[in-house]
Formats: sequence, structure tokens, C-alpha cells
Amino acid sequence: MIPAAFEYYRPKDMAGVLSLLEKHGDDARVMAGGHSLIPMMKLRMADVPHLIDLQDVGGMSDIEISGDSIKIGALVTQTKIIDHAGLAEAAPILSEAALQIADPQVRYMGTVGGNVANGDPGNDMPGLMQCLNAIFTVIGTDGERQIAARDFYEGAYATAREDDEVLTAVIIPMPKGGYAYEKQKRKIGDYATAAAAVQIVSGGGACVSASIAMTNLSDVPVFSADAGAALVGTSVDEAALKAAVTAMLGDIDPTEDNRGPVAFKNHVAGIILRRAIARAWSRA
Amino acid sequence: MSKKMHVKLKVNGKEEEFLAEPRELLIYTLRERLNITGPHIGCETSHCGACTVTIDGKSVKSCTMFAVQAEGSEITTIEGIGNPDDLHPLQTAFKEHHGLQCGYCTPGMITRATKLLEETPNPTEEEIRFGMAGNLCRCTGYQNIVKSIQAAAAEMNAAKEAAE
Amino acid sequence: MKDEVTREERVDNLKGLGCSRKRVEDARFTQGKGNYVDDIKLDGMLFGDFVRSPYAHARIKSVNSEPALKVPGVLAVLTADDLRPLGLHWMPTLAGDKQMVLADGKVLFQGQEVAFVVAEDRYAAADGIEAVEVEYEELPVLVNPHEALKSDVVLREDLVAEDGSLPDGAHGPRKHHNHIFTWEAGDREPTEEVLANADVVVEQEMYYHRTHPCPLETCGCVASMDKVNGKLTLWGTFQAPHAIRTVVSLISGIEEHNIRVVSPDIGGGFGNKVGAYPGYVCSVVASIVTGKPVKWIEDRMDNLMTTAFARDYHMTGKISATKEGKITALKCNVVADHGGFDACADPTKFPAGFMNICTGSYDIPTAFLEVDGVYTNKAPGGVSYRCSFRVTEAVYLIERMIEVLAIELNMDAAELRRINFIKKEQFPYKAALGWEYDSGDYHTAWDKALKTVDYAGLRAEQAQRVADFKAGKTRSIMGIGLSFFTEIVGAGPVKNCDILGLGMFDSCEIRIHPTGSAIARLGTISQGQGHATTFAQILASEIGLPADSITIEEGDTDTAPYGLGTYGSRSTPVAGAATAMAGRKIRAKAQMIAAYLLEVHDNDVEFDVDRFVVKGAPEKFKTMKEIAFAAYNQAIPGLEPGLEAVSYYDPPNMTYPFGAYVCVMDIDVDTGVTDIRRFYALDDCGTRINPMIIEGQVHGGLTEALAVALGQEIAYDKQGNVKTGTLMDFFLPTAWEVPNYETDFTVTPSPHHPIGAKGVGESPHVGGVPCFSNAVQDAFRPFGNKHTNMPHDHWRIWQMASKLGMHD
Repeated sequence: MIPAAFEYYRPKDMAGVLSLLEKHGDDARVMAGGHSLIPMMKLRMADVPHLIDLQDVGGMSDIEISGDSIKIGALVTQTKIIDHAGLAEAAPILSEAALQIADPQVRYMGTVGGNVANGDPGNDMPGLMQCLNAIFTVIGTDGERQIAARDFYEGAYATAREDDEVLTAVIIPMPKGGYAYEKQKRKIGDYATAAAAVQIVSGGGACVSASIAMTNLSDVPVFSADAGAALVGTSVDEAALKAAVTAMLGDIDPTEDNRGPVAFKNHVAGIILRRAIARAWSRA
Repeated sequence: MSKKMHVKLKVNGKEEEFLAEPRELLIYTLRERLNITGPHIGCETSHCGACTVTIDGKSVKSCTMFAVQAEGSEITTIEGIGNPDDLHPLQTAFKEHHGLQCGYCTPGMITRATKLLEETPNPTEEEIRFGMAGNLCRCTGYQNIVKSIQAAAAEMNAAKEAAE
Repeated sequence: MKDEVTREERVDNLKGLGCSRKRVEDARFTQGKGNYVDDIKLDGMLFGDFVRSPYAHARIKSVNSEPALKVPGVLAVLTADDLRPLGLHWMPTLAGDKQMVLADGKVLFQGQEVAFVVAEDRYAAADGIEAVEVEYEELPVLVNPHEALKSDVVLREDLVAEDGSLPDGAHGPRKHHNHIFTWEAGDREPTEEVLANADVVVEQEMYYHRTHPCPLETCGCVASMDKVNGKLTLWGTFQAPHAIRTVVSLISGIEEHNIRVVSPDIGGGFGNKVGAYPGYVCSVVASIVTGKPVKWIEDRMDNLMTTAFARDYHMTGKISATKEGKITALKCNVVADHGGFDACADPTKFPAGFMNICTGSYDIPTAFLEVDGVYTNKAPGGVSYRCSFRVTEAVYLIERMIEVLAIELNMDAAELRRINFIKKEQFPYKAALGWEYDSGDYHTAWDKALKTVDYAGLRAEQAQRVADFKAGKTRSIMGIGLSFFTEIVGAGPVKNCDILGLGMFDSCEIRIHPTGSAIARLGTISQGQGHATTFAQILASEIGLPADSITIEEGDTDTAPYGLGTYGSRSTPVAGAATAMAGRKIRAKAQMIAAYLLEVHDNDVEFDVDRFVVKGAPEKFKTMKEIAFAAYNQAIPGLEPGLEAVSYYDPPNMTYPFGAYVCVMDIDVDTGVTDIRRFYALDDCGTRINPMIIEGQVHGGLTEALAVALGQEIAYDKQGNVKTGTLMDFFLPTAWEVPNYETDFTVTPSPHHPIGAKGVGESPHVGGVPCFSNAVQDAFRPFGNKHTNMPHDHWRIWQMASKLGMHD
């Protein structure tokens, strides 16, 4: 498997990246770890005449934790997420999810930016970022802008990022309460059959707020406000779980693939969601 | 064909410089340009890990990286891990505990394991199985690979203790 | 001379039979110094690769190579038209059919080879492939063999006469244009009669899905035609290098002595590397055309889509028994999907391999088997993936039929097996479908297995779990998978077994060096089995020289004696026997030399570990080392100098390894996720040469069985597109999904094998697949499951539970 020929660039700064993007338009793609893009290029399913490697562009490899938010640079790898002590304290759902992505080698290379920006419905981080209500920072020749994760995904591989923009960081409001990232897959290295990200805040034995999103059950990650709302004010009892699952099932739209038919995916989505909620609630 | 680019790497302690097409995958650079044929090609889609090398302290599947991306980096392959007069404890342990059969996955497996033991010097079986899950083996069923890595860890820890 | 070393130490020094000798192969493999085919680099070497069909069935209207020839670095593009004048556009298959080397007017499966692009490097070859323009006209696609047998669509026009009649195939008359053969074993009428009058009869359809051996190294070769000397050298991933040499000679017209075939280190075979593939032929032709070495290496998608699928058997079993559970008859019908060409790798007289071992380990007096081979728009192959020819299919059938019968009889499946086992005293046992089982002690093995796992305790635990599930206390159920298998390996007696007319003997040639070390060469080729280690052990015990002083070489047809290669667990039963026999010839001559040196009559010396001693005077002896030196350096009246031997071994029978496996599995009925809690494997492979290697083989075979049973498949959609073309979707388990296995053994030596060994590499796969499958099915038995097809991946298990109302 040999990719088609391409020109390779490794600019030292964002200005260099942006000028290349401006020049080559949608013939150019930026790449971080490359573990989504390179296999597609090798299979000749992605045609990339101009490949812009971001690795030398500074300022995108840090994790900054402030009082009310966490900023993760686009080039932060899954391994760094897993190993980061501050993050384990502030937002443990991130490492719980990252550990369920691909395998050790891929996690050394795979980045948060690549995972969220690619728009692959199979990726885990997009769903997680919906749950966490993250904001993505993108930069273009006209400057920086912020896009809410929940507004970012438009379809499979189609996002609100323009072709000449680069996703530089993810900003996460400080997560509160209990958390869980639950994923069913066929084996290590597989995408999710279904995965759920849940954050729940409890107060006085009842659910005060809940944020719920799921992965690989539609052509975009699915944030279900109704599923979260179904838990609020309840003790997360059977009736509430049922209501949350019903709400989520109304929002997902799985398709049949080698992981199974639609009926199975709907069923597993419900089961995984229940388990995620239960685990998050037990930690709330 | 596109313009060739200048690439400079350090592989197993040796400086290498060459001109390469950007699409040249690192695994081919190693195997065909530098005649370092320990790392193998198994799946080409970053699932099997037969091509695993260490790049700047990370375990990387070299079939999913272009040589130009690795410009400026330090790479270690199975050839740089030990030599006939001074084998790495993992190389000894894989032989002692029958951790290989056809040998095709072995270079990637051992290379990955060096990094695993660096990060987790005293791993549980579960940690080994999880930490080695990026390397496929079709022959051994992994049981003796796990055993080999456990044995090497014990050996390395004992040596470290003796040195202290 | 005082002997300070004890006899026991002398035995240990040999590292012979029965010792867990560390592998001599490992030094190079652990240091990255293996030499696999893709490691070969020759001056001026070119790269060849295929333009492949995106369609499963299409007419080729045109192939335009011109744009490809304009790609820098592309030197040639071969099409069927280029090969036709050489008569190489088609090639014979191992099954007596023929296969297109490059698409000749049409394609019959997705991924079929259409054109071969030869270029200076792999990059130019890849670009050249993109540039070749092929115009296809799509034709109706047949992916189901039952439908293919009814369809008007003709897949193989070349096998229909001009008047529309159907000439006989390689295995007799054909009943439909998409039909390949009918093969029968046993007695139809008597079987029907017993079935019609039996107390209890059950019939069960089952589909053993298509899968693939998928060794970690794909197939490939380097062909190098030396036009100066007229010699062709072909390095490649060949499980049968000598057979490849003969085939290349027959189809190319190059005399066999001018062809050297070399199998270097092979990165796993499992049956994938037995056949001859278009890549080999095209590389040879390209090397002849260009005068340069040409390398062809499959990528993983090519490998999964085109070379060597396994299984794809649609089976119907019918079994009868008395009320007490004594089996009285078995009938089995198979519709076998062979894909676009019949390229099965079976002995010629056995187009369905040894499927007629399907009476299993049971004393079944009457049986009948009928197999129909069918063409479809799928890849050719039908290899024995980690098993002897079609033995996994046979064992799966009988081990499922036993379970289904147990359900019908409301009996415990372990007990049902026990009362039907062939008894120890019945061996050698003549089975209803023709085979003569050489030896066995099934009851002992079974009892040991059930006792070790506390079978009664497991059943009690399972009953409690069922009660808990029904009471709503758990959503997890528990399965106890049982399997008892008998393999038939070591093909085989030349009177029964040949491939393309090549008798399936094997060989060993030994040269003892003057200083008491040796080299032995064999007709087989290791792909990870550790031949260099174990064959030296056999020899060490036979000739009394340390295994560490014996080099084993295989795979170079210029130096190794002719043999049929390594597959179907035939290396130990056949080449291992040849090794022992050649060793005995060495020993016979050594005895004469020893007697001469000791100045006694030949009959007055006897072999003792590493020496010949004078009978009754053990202090008088000559070691084999001394004898070796004398053999070369001392003129012995009446004896030629030297110490060499060669043996070509034609086994009198197959060997019949067996085993008893138990799997304990927990299943989440809501997600379909399985968890293997325990796996116990007892294997009886006769005499054990190297227990460490045997254990390793068992671990590996079980893991491949786990994969096949729980998810590994080559799946097609209705248009004949392969849905499982990469390792994302084709299930190879990682360390994380695989349990630890408990291994155990009994030893029932083969009575006809020189050292009593039987072969073991494939047993765990053969016995493992039904064991994993039975564990899943057993978990659902209390809820009404009778039979559900593999693979038991998450969604299919979920579907089982759904159909049984377990989600209501």
C-alpha cells in the first residue's frame, strides 16, 4: 500500500501553515500524528496533494488547567492525556476515554486535535467533547474563532472548520461530578460498537445536572440534551434510566456494518448508556 | 513523483542522511534504504505492530509514518536493542520461555516490550496484555510472550537492585 | 578408560526426545536477523504488483496499459494477452482445475488479478497500477452456492462445451454448469435405512463460515532468471518448495534441474502458503522478460481478498441413536463453496479432503458422506487453515451433532460422548467412512479432563446461574464447552495421497561430519514450528550425537531431498519418520564400524545412548563421535568411507492424534460479550518430542480457534464485495482478548510411526473451534438453543439471546 505522491511541508509557525492552506485550498491537509490520515492515504481513499505537518508549530502541545477550564493543545497525544497527573485530578473522564482508543503505539502518535478535527464518526473524542461541552479554537487567515463542539460536526468527515482553518486547541469547562466513558468494541484497535460519555452532578441524593453523548451511532457524535434532562431531579432510578435511554434512542441513527445490524446497535447503545450513567452516578 | 527531500535521522546510534520522496514510509526507509530488516510489515493499516520501532522515546508503528516526518529524530529498532555478545534481557527471555514461533512479530514485539518495561518496570499480567495489545502474534497465543516479559522484568529488576 | 559421566548425564547431554530444548531458531529472530522473502534485495531488482478487479463478476472489455507505461519507472505491464503465447495465461490448480493467471476475458471474484505492472520500485508500480485503464461490463454475481447450483448464470464458460454439455471435471461428472464435483464416502442405502428406523433421529443444518489463515507475513516471492546460465531461482513463501519447483517446471518448460526454489524463513503459514498463486507465475515471467530479478509481495488486503480462504462449508448432519444414546448412523451432506476456481489444496483423490473423518471419535457403525463442490463469485482457495485437509469442518460437524443429539435425548453431552467413544481395545479401528484409526485411548483422556475441571461442579454452578438468570438476579449466563476430537494427519501413504500426481512421502538426508557433528536436510519447511530444534532432537536420540551438534536445513531444493512440504501436520508423522529411519541407517553402519574398532562381531555390540558398547562389557565402547571420525579416516575392510544416509519415507497409515478440551465461558446476554474464564486442553499426540514446543503449538492453535469461533470471517455482500479486507474488520485477537490456557496430555504412541509421534500443530485448532462454539451454544441450551452458526461475535450472540426471548 503506497500513497499517491504529494508535497510535504513542515512549517515552523502557524503563519506558514495558513499561507500554505491559502495557497493550496482543499488540495492541502494538515496532519498531526497522521494515524487517521496516513492509512487512508495508503489505501488511496484520501487524496492529499499537499501535506502540511504540524509537528514543528509551537504552542499546541500543552495542557493548561486553570480555575474553571482546561485547555488542551491540538497536538497533545492520547498518551499525554493518560499520563497527565493534573488531568487525572481535574477531568478523569479524559484518560478513561483515551485508554479505550486504539492501542499503545497509536496513542503515542494520535492527538486530541486530530481525533476531534477529522470528523470521523468512529473517533471517541468528538463524543466526549460533546459531553464536556468543549469549545474548539480554530485559526484561519482571518484570525481565530471559537466553535462549540456541539455545533462542530455536520456529517461524516464534514465539520464547521473551513478548509483553510486549523484546529489549535480544545477548551473544556471544568467538569463537575461523576463521570464515565463506557465503550463496547470487538477488540483492541476497533472503533466503538457504541460508546457513551457521561458527566453527572448530584446534590441531596438527586441528579442536579447531567451531560450525555454517544459515539459511532450516527454520522456525527450525538449529544442528547433530552437524555441528560431525563435524569435531572431524579435519583437516577430505573424510571429515569429508562427515560434517558428512550431519549437517546430518539437521537441516534446507527447504520448496519460489520459490528452488527441496526437493532443490535440500538440495543447496545441503551445498555452501554445505562452502564455509563450508573458508573458516573456511583462516582457523583 | 514529487520533489525529494533531505532527511537526517539517527538510527541505532548511527547518523543517516538521504534524499527521499515524501511518500516514502519509514518502514521502507529502514528496510530497503538502510537494510535494517528487523522491523516487518504485517498489515499496513497500523493494527499489527510488526513494524514497531522506538522514535524519540515513543513506540511507533513505522508503517504509518513518513520518513520525512521522522526528520531529526532518534530511532531504535530491534537491531539496536542488543547484540550477540550482549543480549537484552527480553531477547534472552523470549528464547528461554518460547515467546516466539515464526519470529515475524518478534522484533516489533520485543521493541515494544522494551518501552513497556521502561514505563512499567514491574507490570502485572493485565498491564502486559494491555500494554502489548498493539502487537499481533498469530503463532503463540501470547501466553509465552506474557511469560517472557514477566521473566525479563524480574531479571532487569534484580540486576537493578544488585547494581544499587 | 574411566567414564565419569553418568548414563543419565549422557542422555541429558544429547537433548534428545522428550526434552524441552530451547529453540535454535530464536537467536536470529530475537535479534531481527531472520531472513524472510521481503528481506531479499538483489541488484537491479524490480517490483511487480497487480491491477485487481473491483468487481466480483464482470466481462473485461478492454485493458489499456499505455498510460501506465508512461509513468516514470514503469517498465512493463503484463496482461493475459501477453501470457497467452507462452501458454501461461492459465495455470493448473492443486485440485486439478485451472485458474486464470491474469484475467482472460472476464473476472470471477473481487480482487482477481487483471494485469501485472513491473516497475523499478514499489512506488512506481503502485502508480502504474492506478494508471492502467480497464473497462468492465458487470455480470450478475453469485455468492451463495445453493443459488449458484440453480442459476442460469454461467461462471465458467471454459467448462461448458460448445453444444452446452458439461464435460467431466477432475473428479468426475458435473450436474450443473456451476457444479464442480460430487464426492461420496460410505454407504448411502444402509445409512438411510438405519436413519429411517431409528429410535431417535436429529437433523441439523450448519454453516461453517469462510475465513482465512492470515499469517502475519503475507505471500510473496522473488524470481531471478539468470539468462547466462539458464537458471531460474525462485525465493518465496512456499510451504511446499519442491512441489512448487515441479509445478514451475511443468508449466514453464524449464527443466527441473535448472530451477532452484528456496523457502527462506516464513512468517507463519497455516495453509495460506501451500498453493501456487498468479503472483509467482507473473514474477517468473517478468524476470524472464526483463532479465532482472522481480519481487512480488502481497499487501494485507490482497492477502485476505485473494489467496487461500478456508472453510465455507454448508453442512447438513443427520444422526440417529437408540433411546439410551448409542449412536447408530450418521449422514452428512455438504455444499462446498470453492469460489471462482477450484484451488483447494487437498490430495487428488480427496476433493473434500479428509471430511470423511466426520464420524469423529465415536463408534458409529453406519455412515454416509456426500460433498458437492460449487463455483461462486468468491476468491479461490479452500485450504486447510491450521488443520489437516477439511478436518476442522469434519470435527465441527460431529461435535455439534453430538451436542444436538444430547439435547434431543435430554442427556448430558459428556456422558453421550463417553458411551459412544471407540474403546481402547477396538484399535486399530476401521471407521464406517473408510479410515483405519491407528491408536487411541479416549476414555482415559476424557475422564482425566472432566475430573481436572470438576465437570460435575461446573454443571452445578451453571444450573445455579440459570436459576439466577431466570429470577432476574443476573444478566450473565455460563457455558461449558466440550469437545473431543480425533485428527487425521500425516498425509500420507502414497497409495492414497498425492497432489498433482506427486506422492506424499517425505525425506531426510543426513551427513555426519568427521568430528562428530552433523547436518540433516529435509523435504519439509518450518514456518514457526521449530523444525531445526525438534528434528535435531529426533536425530540426537537415534544417532547418539548431541542435538546441539546437528544442523537442520530445509527449504532449498538444490540441497534438500525431495519432499512434499509442511502442512496438514505432516512434518513429524512423515519427515520426522524419515529422520528417524535415516538415523537408523547411520546407526547400522556405525555398529559395523564400532564392532571393527572394538574387534568383536557386529552382533556383539549394542547401542547405548551415545555409543556402542560390547555386550556384557560396558567398559568397552566407542562413542558415536569416535565412530564418526573412524568412518572417514580409518580404512575399514569391506566398508565405504563416510557416514551418510538418506531415507524417503512412505508412511503405512495416517496418524490419529486426539484430545479432550473444556472451555468455561461467561456471556453477557445484553451486549453479546464473551469472557473465557477457563480453558483446559488435553492433547495426545503420541510420543512427545519437545513438550515446550508442543505447549506453544497448543496455545497458538487454540488462539486461532478462538478467533474463528468468535468472530473471524471473510464476509461478502450480495455484490461479491469483501467486507472484511483489513485487520480492523478481520478479527485477529490481541493479547488482551486471549485467556491463559491449561495444557495437559496423555501419551498413546502411534504403533506404526518409528518413534510413535503423531503431530500436534493443528490439533488445538481442530478441537478448539468446536469447543469455543459449544461453550457459547451450551450457555444458551437451557434457554432453548439447539444450534446457531458461527462466528459468535457480539451481535450474533445478542441475536441468539433475542431469538430466545432473553431480552423481553
